[in-house]
Amino acid sequence: MSDATLDREPQAVDDTDRPGPFREFWSYFSEHRGAVIGMWFFIGLIIVAVLADVIAPHAPNQQYRDFLLTPPVWMEGGTWQFILGTDAVGRDILSRLIHGARFSLFIGVIVVSIAVTGGITLGLIAGFFRGTVDTLIMRLMDIILAFPSLLLALVLVAILGPSLINAMIAIAIVLQPHYVRLTRASVLNERTKDYVTSARLAGAGPLRLMVVTILPNCMAPLIVQAALSFSTAILDAAALGFLGMGAQPPTPEWGTMLAEAREFIQRAWWVVTFPGLAILITVLAINVMGDGLRDALDPKLKRS
Amino acid sequence: MLLFVARRIGLLIPTFIGVTLVSFFFIRLLPGDPILLLAGERGMTDERYAALLEQFGFSRPILVQYWDYLVGIFQGDLGTSFVTKKPVLTEFFTLFPATVELSLCAIILATAAGIPAGVFAAINRGKAYDQALMSSALVGYSMPIFWWALLLIIVFSGWLGWTPVSGRISFLYFFEPVTGFMLIDSWLSGQEGAFRSAVRHLILPTIVLATIPLAVIARQTRSAMLEVLGEDYVRTARAKGLSPFRINGLHALRNALIPVTTTIGLQVGVLIAGAILTETIFSWPGIGKWMVDSIFRRDYQVVQSGLLLIAGFVMVVNLVVDVMYGLINPRIRHQR
Repeated sequence: MSDATLDREPQAVDDTDRPGPFREFWSYFSEHRGAVIGMWFFIGLIIVAVLADVIAPHAPNQQYRDFLLTPPVWMEGGTWQFILGTDAVGRDILSRLIHGARFSLFIGVIVVSIAVTGGITLGLIAGFFRGTVDTLIMRLMDIILAFPSLLLALVLVAILGPSLINAMIAIAIVLQPHYVRLTRASVLNERTKDYVTSARLAGAGPLRLMVVTILPNCMAPLIVQAALSFSTAILDAAALGFLGMGAQPPTPEWGTMLAEAREFIQRAWWVVTFPGLAILITVLAINVMGDGLRDALDPKLKRS
Repeated sequence: MLLFVARRIGLLIPTFIGVTLVSFFFIRLLPGDPILLLAGERGMTDERYAALLEQFGFSRPILVQYWDYLVGIFQGDLGTSFVTKKPVLTEFFTLFPATVELSLCAIILATAAGIPAGVFAAINRGKAYDQALMSSALVGYSMPIFWWALLLIIVFSGWLGWTPVSGRISFLYFFEPVTGFMLIDSWLSGQEGAFRSAVRHLILPTIVLATIPLAVIARQTRSAMLEVLGEDYVRTARAKGLSPFRINGLHALRNALIPVTTTIGLQVGVLIAGAILTETIFSWPGIGKWMVDSIFRRDYQVVQSGLLLIAGFVMVVNLVVDVMYGLINPRIRHQR
């Protein structure tokens, strides 16, 4: 620190244009045009999901027996009543997609919450206490990582029984090791730093040191990972649904809709195309947003 | 170097034991009595139940069961399929080449397209090509491949009628498998059109399975190249007046490829997970479809041993990748 800064009044320092953490974050994040678009899409999706009952033109499971496999409105035989067409039992695809947004967001939120909570707890414990506990936790995570994730999720669902909840639990278990490793690595990096030592000398107990002192300084990579695994969770849940091991019909979950549509791929392309497009765009939006978050939050990549 | 390999293998042993524990307990954690599951809806007599209980050893103490299981693994006995009554190991090795063939083709496609795409994007950083390539890579990375497969089937098999929808070769051809790789076997058989049929069956599954690795490799190559292009030795090479091709192709790419090799190696897990979906959609008779079918048929002996074999395979491949990484990058090998 130079003398010039010390001479200044403290008030003067506050007046300089040092942006707050959020402003700083936003200025980096908004540089990434795609990330901002992704974010708006994501916000839009949340609104659609919340207001699904109001927005959707039809009930998701209402069957219109006179309109089986109606094509989308711009094709011959399409009608404005069913903008994206209907499926094999006459359900409105658009309404099902709108309601499906609820499931995908729900899956993402729950899976990431479980994986983050479990992963951070185990990672903090492993990194903070080291020794046998550390070895035990990390070997356990190695075992989980030894299996291809989708295979392990499938087998876990086979044990628990196929349902959306069990699929979410299985995916959370499979995603968890990444958080454990990340948390542990940053805890190991932080724990010997001076501020931790001083907090320890000031009498902070292990729990306070772990959660209040160290954890906030490990958050950046975890937030990025959370964004990226949100999309993984949606993809994997859709894959499980597609294989018949996730949400069960007639739930309007996008992967499950695809599974039901499979037999009509030669006759009615729209039944297959739209649910997959919904998955792709959602996952894409979240991934772009995750890229932007990483650029904005990761100090290693940040242009200083 | 030997020490490095030994240390890596040493790290694998506890993981492998853990994997055997997972596959061992899998069958015992299933809801319901495994023997009754075996009987299915028909039920069985008490005598038969007792005989099977004895045969599978479920009545003995759990530790003894686990020990027997471990001994069995090392003797190459992975049990018999409940459904086909064939040894699981035999089934695995009949189906495994199909998955390897598909995965190899996919990873070759992903590498052959991904590395040039990444290099090209890095050299033209910020230009339209770069943005187009990286946007498509992001789309590929976000792709639900089961849907992608269906779309390709709609377009190429349905509308254009270019490619078949399922299987490895047309039913018109029949020959004894020699290597298990359909491309080689159909070539060896000498039957007219057999090889072409095998290739046509392979195209769509390969594209589908290659999509995500391709995107990952392209992105990784681009960022590795960008890092290397900023290094002093590249500037020196440029200052010496070397041709751009020599600078990018020889000096930069060689070093950029070090992290890319690892990325390629680490795609094995991704490929197996992708194979589960791809094989199911294209009725490709490999281990991915085998596992899914076995889960649905409740053939838990197959699921149990398949889990172990696949995890073991992935572990071995990762070990090889690790060792290779140590070979090409001495800094890793001397690290503790």
